Amino acid sequence: MAKTLTRSAASPSGFGVDAEAAKRLLSDMLLIRRFEEKAAEGYALGKIGGFLHLYIGEEAVAVGATSVLRPDDYAISAYREHGHCLAKGSDPKRVMAELYGRRDGLSKGKGGSMHLFDRSTNFLGGHAIVGAHLPIAVGVAFAIKYRGGDQVIVCYFGDGAVPEGEFHEAMNLAALWKLPVIFLCENNRYAMGTSVERALAQTEIWKFGQTYGIPAEKVDGMDVLAVRDAVGRAVARTREQKIPALIEVDTYRYRGHSMRDPAGAVYRTKEEVEREKLRDPIVLFRDKIITAGLLSEGDIRAVEKDMNDRIDEAVTFADASPEPPGEWLFTDIYKEA
Amino acid sequence: MAVMTYREALNMALREEMRRDPGVFVIGEEVGLYEGAYKVTQGLLKEFGPQRIVDTPIAESGFTGVGIGAAMAGLRPVVEMMTFNFALLALDQIVNSAAKMYYMSGGQFNVPIVIRGPGGPAAQLAAQHSQSMETYFYHVPGLKVVRPTTPMDAKGLLKSAIRDDNPVIFIESETLYNVKGEVPEDPDFLIPLGKAIVRREGTDVTVIAYMGMMYRAMEAAEELEKEGISVELVDPRTLRPMDTETIIKSVRKTHRVVVVEAGAGFAGMGSEIAASVTEQAFDDLDAPVERVTGANAPMPYARNLEKLKTPSKDWIVAAVRRVCNANGS
Ligand SMILES: Cc1ncc(C[n+]2csc(CCOP(=O)(O)OP(=O)(O)O)c2C)c(N)n1
Ligand SMILES: [Mg+2]
Repeated sequence: MAKTLTRSAASPSGFGVDAEAAKRLLSDMLLIRRFEEKAAEGYALGKIGGFLHLYIGEEAVAVGATSVLRPDDYAISAYREHGHCLAKGSDPKRVMAELYGRRDGLSKGKGGSMHLFDRSTNFLGGHAIVGAHLPIAVGVAFAIKYRGGDQVIVCYFGDGAVPEGEFHEAMNLAALWKLPVIFLCENNRYAMGTSVERALAQTEIWKFGQTYGIPAEKVDGMDVLAVRDAVGRAVARTREQKIPALIEVDTYRYRGHSMRDPAGAVYRTKEEVEREKLRDPIVLFRDKIITAGLLSEGDIRAVEKDMNDRIDEAVTFADASPEPPGEWLFTDIYKEA
Repeated sequence: MAVMTYREALNMALREEMRRDPGVFVIGEEVGLYEGAYKVTQGLLKEFGPQRIVDTPIAESGFTGVGIGAAMAGLRPVVEMMTFNFALLALDQIVNSAAKMYYMSGGQFNVPIVIRGPGGPAAQLAAQHSQSMETYFYHVPGLKVVRPTTPMDAKGLLKSAIRDDNPVIFIESETLYNVKGEVPEDPDFLIPLGKAIVRREGTDVTVIAYMGMMYRAMEAAEELEKEGISVELVDPRTLRPMDTETIIKSVRKTHRVVVVEAGAGFAGMGSEIAASVTEQAFDDLDAPVERVTGANAPMPYARNLEKLKTPSKDWIVAAVRRVCNANGS
């Protein structure tokens, strides 16, 4: 079925985007970074509870991928999804309010950090059972095809989902039925403390595409333009030919698995983390933009300030939002006719 | 009204709902070309084509997830489990995804899906293929659970389940597919979910049962009638939400209760109903609630052992005599 199996080296030649688009990519990444830093603060202050999984270091993936989607395309993710949800266009105020467990949160405070949903942006969650949302993404693609639509769904998941049966069931069904789903594996090299080498007999995840006849490639996830390019090609092909795609993104999380694993020093070395920070996607992209003369340092400082202000507003908003009323415990369990 | 089998009634319900709503589709193993492992989907591929009668490979978790995703995107999937024993492979999708999506999303994404197929004790199919599965599902807030006893109920309840905006677990029975009964041919005939039915009026004791156990309870009632014991038979039809109102009303009339269920009794439907009756109608009871349940053992293969596992008419008769002889007021 699949003809193309490529392993693209790095970013495409030339810059590929104009100053306006570059600014947008940078500001979206900065927004997510700042959001996550403030979420960490909120957690330390006890404003946010439960599990909190930060996306710091992986911003280029969500931002690069979303930049080639249409607003009516769908996205779905696991529990490390703040970045995917924000990139798709959710209001940071309502996302932060959800993390705070407040009534103005996207899910009325009932979902929390791991269960963000936004019907207005076609963001379908926020799923905390590893692997479970892959078949669901295939189902959304099934519905798109059933209705003769031309949308696609991007399904983000971690390397930790690959050894799950549902990854394989989903890949097989999507290929068998030729459905418009783009499987985007964020390989950050660890599932909690288990490295890919300790989890997979075959560690080159993109190659599973070959098994199922799905066009697949691996891309540098620290390069927002490379992600944009690879996902852009996959989206165009998927939209046109109604076939799935698998993209493995080589990325890294700078924080621990969750706030309960702040150091992450047992299963990986400090040196490794420091080395990975040298390819910080935001720093790399900022330098590139300046070198290319697309934006000045002053422009970039202005963008940074802008994003910081937006997140400060989000925190103020979340903090001011009331707790959900007690009656809400029993609402939204069953939908009334 | 037409006389037809339980199987034909289900088929009719599917056909009518698929004609009525282009968003309804059937997905599962062997539902199309093979026309259903139990022939419930017979003829549907021919009428609706492979886009709407979707054969899947053996991947319960995968195709149940597909159903959930399609439902989130606005379709109305009917997922067939070849038998409910295999639904355990999809239990995570059903419990963690389907049942909770509406809640977790703060009311943004409901999941209008029906998961249907046969379950419950069958003839000499042994431990893995012959068991009552409803227990695994009715504990879960967010799910509705239906067990239709008659062909008429099979049709009316399946149609309501398909039109319902929530995930509905709809468990049929291999042993009932050939049972015949009167079924309205009206395509607008519906039986609401969550409403019990009094199948037989009586004054001395309320017997609560569904599916195969209801048929045995009917035989028991006939026999007891000859002894002068008047049995009222209540069929919950929907196990969640449970129509306790109808049950309590009957208890206030008869003052004695026997709950019958095919599954192992520990933490079963009988326990739940006994608790509800005790909480809501303790003063009306003239005897402790009796449970007649499947033995707390896996289903054996040997015919003689199998008989010892599942409640019979005689077990029900004996339990009714016990509660009627108990001296209350
Ligand atoms: C089915 C299942 N098993 C175990 C867990 C516990 N768990 C939560 S996150 C996680 C690691 C997943 O890692 P990965 O998919 O690589 O995502 P990452 O955290 O790296 O983004 C595990 C094992 C779970 N949530 N679901
Ligand atoms: Mg990982």
